[in-house]
Amino acid sequence: MQNYKFTKKRNMYIMTMRLLMWASAAVTCSLVIFMIIYVFIKGMPNISWELLSGEPSYLEEKTGILPDILNTVYIVFFTLLAVLPLGVGAAVYLTEYAKNKKVVGVIEYAAETLSGIPSIIYGLVGMLFFCQFLNMKTSLLAGAFTLVIMNLPTILRTTQESLKTVPQSYREGAFGLGAGKWRVIRTVVLPGCVDGVITGCILSVGRILGESAALLFTAGFAHALNGIFEGMWSSGCTLTVALYVYAKEQGEFGVAFAIAAILMVLTLLINLSAALAEKYFKRRRTV
Amino acid sequence: MSNMITVKNMCLWYGEHQALKNINVSIPEKSITAFIGPSGCGKSTFLKSLNRMNDLIQGVRITGDILYNGKNIFDSSVDVNELRREVGMVFQKPNPFPMSIYDNIAYGPRTHGIKNKAKLDDIVECSLRDAAIWEEVKDRLKKNALGLSGGQQQRLCIARALAVKPAVLLMDEPTSALDPISTSKIEELSMKLKENYTIIMVTHNMQQAVRISDQTAFFLLGELIEYGNTETLFSTPKDKRTEDYITGRFG
Amino acid sequence: MKDEKNFFEKLVHSIFLILGLVTVGCVLLITIYLIISGIPAIKKIGLVPFLFGKTWESTAEHASYGILPFILTSIYGTAGAIVIGVPIGFLTSVYLSKTAPKRIRGIVEAVVSLLAGIPSVVFGLVGMLVLVPGIRKIFHVADGASLLAAIVVLAIMILPSIIKVSVTALDAVPEEYENASLALGATPIETYFRVSVPAAKSGIATAVVLGIGRAIGEAMAVMMVSGNVANMPGLFQSVRFLTTAVASEMSYSSGLQRQALFSIALVLFLFIMLINAALKFFLKGKKE
Repeated sequence: MQNYKFTKKRNMYIMTMRLLMWASAAVTCSLVIFMIIYVFIKGMPNISWELLSGEPSYLEEKTGILPDILNTVYIVFFTLLAVLPLGVGAAVYLTEYAKNKKVVGVIEYAAETLSGIPSIIYGLVGMLFFCQFLNMKTSLLAGAFTLVIMNLPTILRTTQESLKTVPQSYREGAFGLGAGKWRVIRTVVLPGCVDGVITGCILSVGRILGESAALLFTAGFAHALNGIFEGMWSSGCTLTVALYVYAKEQGEFGVAFAIAAILMVLTLLINLSAALAEKYFKRRRTV
Repeated sequence: MSNMITVKNMCLWYGEHQALKNINVSIPEKSITAFIGPSGCGKSTFLKSLNRMNDLIQGVRITGDILYNGKNIFDSSVDVNELRREVGMVFQKPNPFPMSIYDNIAYGPRTHGIKNKAKLDDIVECSLRDAAIWEEVKDRLKKNALGLSGGQQQRLCIARALAVKPAVLLMDEPTSALDPISTSKIEELSMKLKENYTIIMVTHNMQQAVRISDQTAFFLLGELIEYGNTETLFSTPKDKRTEDYITGRFG
Repeated sequence: MKDEKNFFEKLVHSIFLILGLVTVGCVLLITIYLIISGIPAIKKIGLVPFLFGKTWESTAEHASYGILPFILTSIYGTAGAIVIGVPIGFLTSVYLSKTAPKRIRGIVEAVVSLLAGIPSVVFGLVGMLVLVPGIRKIFHVADGASLLAAIVVLAIMILPSIIKVSVTALDAVPEEYENASLALGATPIETYFRVSVPAAKSGIATAVVLGIGRAIGEAMAVMMVSGNVANMPGLFQSVRFLTTAVASEMSYSSGLQRQALFSIALVLFLFIMLINAALKFFLKGKKE
């Protein structure tokens, strides 16, 4: 019996582990909280209406980030516009059409590979292919196409997951009524994957907002104020790239922190909407 | 024969639902006691109370006393880990850890502070012999335990429980997931183990209770309806409900 | 009528097939472009001098293109980030999966996914203004922009992937294992670290590999805090990673220098493919 006394050593082990776990979780959380507070304290005083609505000018020595905001909106809009049909189409093909296991395997492996490639490589290939080979020059359009490739796996995966939750009986029911394959997909399958598409969009918007390395050499870093059509064809930087340029190249930390604060708010909003969407879709599915 | 476990006026609630009602029972040492009754009658819940595994489930509340060797197991001076070492448990589904056979057996002793290699080797061999599985696994101690058959896994789990030198073995339907041959091996083993251990076994199989147990307790809807010598209980049940159950009229 | 319908269905089928193959096309496009544009410089410089040359002076009169400093910096930086990030992430995951009260778990998980969503330039910005001066003061070095700063930033950036994947793996450990351990008289904490963690080891290994992939591919945040000089790596040296080597010279490079940058990207790509293969290996192990 003596052997089995609850030893001091055992107690020490348990206490140490408990403490380490606590400390790690605390470190993780406090890092995030510190970053949020720090960015807000440094950034908020610099955010003004002039900054948000103006454009930078060396002549008048003023800065403004309206062009950057607009560029971001354009690029998000255009990227989603192009990536949605591609991603959803690929997901539909994988779950509804593909019978050959090898083809499925190859496509899924390709998607996995894409999601592991660093954004700097996307930027490089985007520059070579879109800007030079397809002669798009350094433009938002080239940037958007690069982002399309980057976000393809995200949309593909979320759509595929939600398609898997569409009950087989729905499809069988529709086929039983004599509907053709395309009609079944259009009326039964596609409506069933709306939640996956929306989740994918939210995630993609987050990724596009945060992206910088892939855009640096494809979309460029001009600050000109443009409408959407001329904008897409000309060089322009998004908020994130603008932050980099202001902080690293120009040393204007005030503007950089103002942009950082705006990006933080957007990140918070995106995370919130992702959480809400998940909650909403989960409830709808269980009803 | 002295009583190993004595339960007095024990009640158990899951939240608002009372799962066990006023249980009184004394379990003698070095014998096999079988708990029978239909599903959901509380026999498994009761078994898990004896080594306080129910502590882990949220919302469980227990009143009354459970005395182990004369000492209340809910007393604040009782170390629940030490209690669980002395009152071992074998589960319904064989649940070896995803490690080697050796490490499975050595896990308990190591946890309780035995680091000496020779001593561990000794314990492993002893436990495997006691669980009648040594001959089958002695050449593959370093192989993953999940490679064993279901029946072997269950005997390995018994060996693992024996390795920490318990006094009591709680078995929660240990043969319900096994084929008939494995079942009879476990039954044989139990008969042998009762020479040194107090065994309490929940079973769905009434023939099994008759075959191996010394005492039988019949549970129904959270109540202990009847408890006594197995032969007597099955041949001349005192309670009408016991008679109905053992003659197969319900459950 | 029937033929028309059949034709239409076939058309739709082929359209979806093409959409499905776009993904494969993208991977091929990237691979082929990297190989085609990466090979020429390696041919001119020579594979050994390129990979194992210790000096990178792309703008000097007698330019030398040795990328060993970048390779080593990327490896050391990633290893450092793993050494710091994995224990913190791993312990946090055990806490979240096993012992945290439900509400706290919810909050911490929300915080972790927020961390995952913060753009890398924001990490870089905060690193530039907090971490870099901090390192300068604490260690009394001339410039805080160093490998150490990059390691710390990377360690923080890989936390979310490590935590998320490990938590999923730990959540999936069957309760029976834990019950068996508790019934042997092990305490909950002992059970988590000695039974649950070994049972989830392939999932945790996956998490680590994912973290390596993220760390080795990160460019912007690292560029902002690492000083960006092509030195051989040292903890307090100003260094350049594979990623930042590409990013920092691309905008003004030409000729052989530009081609060499593509070759660096090719080397980085090969690293990533290696990591992908490792990932696939661990995921396969998990299924068995």
